[in-house]
Amino acid sequence: MDLTLKIWRQAGPEAKGEMKTYPISGVEEDMSFLEMLDYLNEQLIDQGIEPVVFDHDCREGICGMCSLFINGEAHGPGRKITTCQLHMREFKSGDTIYIEPFRAKAFPIIKDLMVDRSAFDRIQRAGGFISVNTSGNTIDANAIPVPKENADKAFDAATCIGCGACVATCKNSSAMLFASAKISQFSLLPQGQPEAKERVLNMVNQMDLEGFGNCTNTGACEVECPKGISLENIARMNRDYLFASLSNNK
Amino acid sequence: MASTSKGLFGSSLARKYWMAATGLFLCTFLVGHLLGNLQLFVTGEEGQLAFNEYGKFMTTFPVVKILSYLTYASVLLHTVDGIMLARQNRAARPVGYVKENQSANASWASRKMALLGLLTLFFIVVHMKSFWYEMHFGTLGTDANGNKDLWTLTVTAFEQWWYTAFYVVALAGLALHLSHGASSAFQSLGVNHPKYTPLINKTMTAFAWLIPAGFIAVAVFLFVVQPGQAL
Repeated sequence: MDLTLKIWRQAGPEAKGEMKTYPISGVEEDMSFLEMLDYLNEQLIDQGIEPVVFDHDCREGICGMCSLFINGEAHGPGRKITTCQLHMREFKSGDTIYIEPFRAKAFPIIKDLMVDRSAFDRIQRAGGFISVNTSGNTIDANAIPVPKENADKAFDAATCIGCGACVATCKNSSAMLFASAKISQFSLLPQGQPEAKERVLNMVNQMDLEGFGNCTNTGACEVECPKGISLENIARMNRDYLFASLSNNK
Repeated sequence: MASTSKGLFGSSLARKYWMAATGLFLCTFLVGHLLGNLQLFVTGEEGQLAFNEYGKFMTTFPVVKILSYLTYASVLLHTVDGIMLARQNRAARPVGYVKENQSANASWASRKMALLGLLTLFFIVVHMKSFWYEMHFGTLGTDANGNKDLWTLTVTAFEQWWYTAFYVVALAGLALHLSHGASSAFQSLGVNHPKYTPLINKTMTAFAWLIPAGFIAVAVFLFVVQPGQAL
């Protein structure tokens, strides 16, 4: 198939970027979107043009490294898939495809389509963990009974791969879906209780410090999330934060 | 872990609590306001005297006075907070997308809350100038019972087609604002439950369309019937 690609090119974090047009032919419908970009890059290198920089790693939808805003949607037109799982059979020969980096002040562009998502790591470090006694008498996690429903919901929240599609999609560049998933995966479990209040307060505080926007409850993040993380998590974070703020001693 | 938090003031979540709380309070205000307006369906002198008596009660009864101050404060807080949120949200994405397919994943109203809110604010300003200001500071005549004749001011205002048309448009905007906001407020306050949320969403969606429809019905009724001409 023959395609016209319009790709955001930006030499570096401070450089001025622009959309550049690349016609490409010989794309096969069984190629993944990233393979199509690899194919483009091979051709660009042959022509002596700097290849397009984009993030990728596992290429099987579990690492959260690939990103891309394709034809106006995070991870492209598919649902519950990452860009690496998007295949060219979703497009038609003759299509024009817009490929842009995830846009947010908190996700600065490194080069071309690659953005720095370490803001997510800092939110995680602010409280997305539990403290465990490792002095030799560690209790087996399974020794504490957990209601099946809570275990399932915690697991669902934990499937968030931190790709940032929620931020990219949100009209406000809000990180609420990510933060709420990372808070919920602990707040639903007994092991998460001792640090529950500090966790939600600190992670929300870090999220605000990073410069993400606020939540308008449009629900766009849930639609575009490759893992189908539910808005229920945001509501849980909202009430946990409310109760933690009211009952916090400081 | 030591806690570092702005608590109930200043944080992104707290701002939304205030939006939700003031928004829901203003929803209850709308119910009260509409119930009062329904009296305008009674025409003739009977309707005039009853409406003006009601107007006197609403501007003098202490409990209503307290509620009215809460309402002014809510409108102010909802507006200022909303503007602050919108500014932050804008700043969170300094460079936008060249191609963005927003309709693929979110409703139009949910994406235009600030715009619909500003339209509603403009409507409130015009509305308060027309009636609230005249009632409190204007020079209104009196009816047979000696009460300020707010009724005549009201019914003659809606004799003008453009005034009625403005009301219809503004209240349609309010309906859209509420079609997202009224149920979204519950989510902001953390109320999301598999058993209750579907019911809340249905109720609040019905509320969002029916309440403005009620206000529109009164305005259109006054325009069509022109009860002021009969007296």
